[in-house]
Amino acid sequence: MSEQIKAPQASPPLVVAHDLAKTFDVSAPWLNRVMEGKPRQLLKAVDGVSFEIEKGKTLALVGESGCGKSTVARLLVGLYEPTRGGLRFDGQDAHAAFKSKDARQIRQRIQMIFQDPYASLNPRWTVQAIVGEPLHEHGLIHDADELEARVVELLQSVGLSALDMVKYPHQFSGGQRQRISIARALATAPEFLVCDEPTSALDVSVQAQVLNIMKDLQRERGLTYLFISHNLAVVRHVSDKVGVMYLGQLVELADKQSLFSNPQHPYTRMLLDAIPKMKDTGRARTPVQGEVPNPLNPPSGCSFHPRCPLANSRCKAERPVLQNLNGIQIACHAVQEGRH
Amino acid sequence: MSLLQVKNLVVEFPSRHGTLRAIDGISFEIAPGEILGVVGESGAGKSLTGASIIGLLEPPGRIAGGEIFLQGQRIDNLNNDQMRSIRGRKIGAIFQDPLTSLNPLYSVGKQLIETIQAHLPLSHEQARQRAIELLQDTGISAATERIDHFPHQFSGGMRQRVVIALALAAEPQLIVADEPTTALDVSIQAQIISLLKSICKKHGAAVMLITHDMGVIAETCDRVAVMYAGRIVEIGPVHQVINHPEHPYTAGLMASIPDIEVDRERLNQIDGAMPRLNAIPPGCAFNPRCPQVQARCRQERPELVLTERFEQTQVACWLHAGATA
Repeated sequence: MSEQIKAPQASPPLVVAHDLAKTFDVSAPWLNRVMEGKPRQLLKAVDGVSFEIEKGKTLALVGESGCGKSTVARLLVGLYEPTRGGLRFDGQDAHAAFKSKDARQIRQRIQMIFQDPYASLNPRWTVQAIVGEPLHEHGLIHDADELEARVVELLQSVGLSALDMVKYPHQFSGGQRQRISIARALATAPEFLVCDEPTSALDVSVQAQVLNIMKDLQRERGLTYLFISHNLAVVRHVSDKVGVMYLGQLVELADKQSLFSNPQHPYTRMLLDAIPKMKDTGRARTPVQGEVPNPLNPPSGCSFHPRCPLANSRCKAERPVLQNLNGIQIACHAVQEGRH
Repeated sequence: MSLLQVKNLVVEFPSRHGTLRAIDGISFEIAPGEILGVVGESGAGKSLTGASIIGLLEPPGRIAGGEIFLQGQRIDNLNNDQMRSIRGRKIGAIFQDPLTSLNPLYSVGKQLIETIQAHLPLSHEQARQRAIELLQDTGISAATERIDHFPHQFSGGMRQRVVIALALAAEPQLIVADEPTTALDVSIQAQIISLLKSICKKHGAAVMLITHDMGVIAETCDRVAVMYAGRIVEIGPVHQVINHPEHPYTAGLMASIPDIEVDRERLNQIDGAMPRLNAIPPGCAFNPRCPQVQARCRQERPELVLTERFEQTQVACWLHAGATA
């Protein structure tokens, strides 16, 4: 609440996504469509997502496979162009900037960490080449000695040593590789890091190391994160705000405290209930029935209604929109009408 | 009598640079109807243990020592044909990725009927009837129609249900489930785990559940074995191991898991990484990462002994062997 009171003096959010949408054309080839009389098929991977991230904060996006989390990540770093809506980064239109002549300037400021550290590092390059590439590419450093010094500094900031520079990716474990990709992402001194499931390929003890490093770096450098994960426990640990996605839409957006202590949307509650609890061994979870529907053919109205215990006729017919309610944003007729 | 007995199992991989010992003398038992969890980080030897039991160890890996008994019958030295009559009939298997465990070219019904007829003396019609019942048991609605569908027509969670039906087809007494829910979303994971638990209870099958997810272990298993670098470091009833871990590795592992109910500024971390097979340190394999390491840990290898606090938990650690040694 105190943040809202301070709002007039506070600087505008670093990242503002407004009604972001991405539609993929997954139609059969033209000839098949003509001969078999099939219509065009469009897949709405992300369908109108809006959020803001303040400088130095972390927004986490959670949801099950196919809900559009990774598409949002790719939209934010400019790997995809939005079908609708836009992204403002530090006040400027990011997607216009990605296409302009000065695209490098904005690309320096937004970097990405990928999920699989086995696939995202070139196996034929040394660590020095991998971490040094962005420095070269953006023309930040020209002198070989200076480059080496900077790479050493980057490696040390993620807990690796200068001796690791001459090694190849296969000589490292999964957690160390993920640190190399963090060092590479930090090379251009970005302000905003988009992390797409950075620890889901790692073992828990190694995951803890990587998450701790990411938190330390955020504190030291004032980084802003978009953190994508399907693991709510990890999200609780790293985030300030949490957005829950379902079939391409945000269904609940709230700060961490209220989302975990008082989840509102039936889907959020379902996700929280589905997590195995360590404390009470042998206690059976109440599994939620049903699965995520096919995004090619989403249900009418609220896309969660076939699995929702609170669904009524309005939910089947009318799509809820994200609205402010008691300090959180939620898209649910049942909660907005107070029948939960 | 225990259903499965593993005694001093050793699995080795011969390589150009010497023989690598991936599993180094592990022993455990599974009682009929019991669910034993096997937990550990990648490379700890969990999956190899499972593969040794079902006789699907990939060459050049081989069982270099020890014995495996199923209902008193030794099964680790059987030839391929003999093992085939046990695999499926007495031991069922569920693997991580349901898409690769099903043949994409055959309908799920054909695969189920083939498995049933290979092990049970049933006619095609009877086998089909049984296949439909199995699919219904695993919670697939409209099983009479779905039986003729192909694997790609099922979603991930549904495929894993088919795989469970396949594993149960010949009423095995033991099911080896290797990371059965790792490829699935949390909401589907909950469905599959509760299904596995209830269906095994109904059929009276014991389960060896291999996973790296402590949460799944906590809610599913009766006992749990914690593996590290090819050895069991702690084994005991699940509530004891999870709530009162005795081995420093188990304690570190438990503390490094982010807790959904607690806010912590930093997670506890175990520094370092699990050693590679060609560089396992002498003494206790965990000693370079252990916060309570002593001189003895660097030289002598601890064996599993019963702990003083709990009568059923065994732990391989010098901290707990002090009194008995």
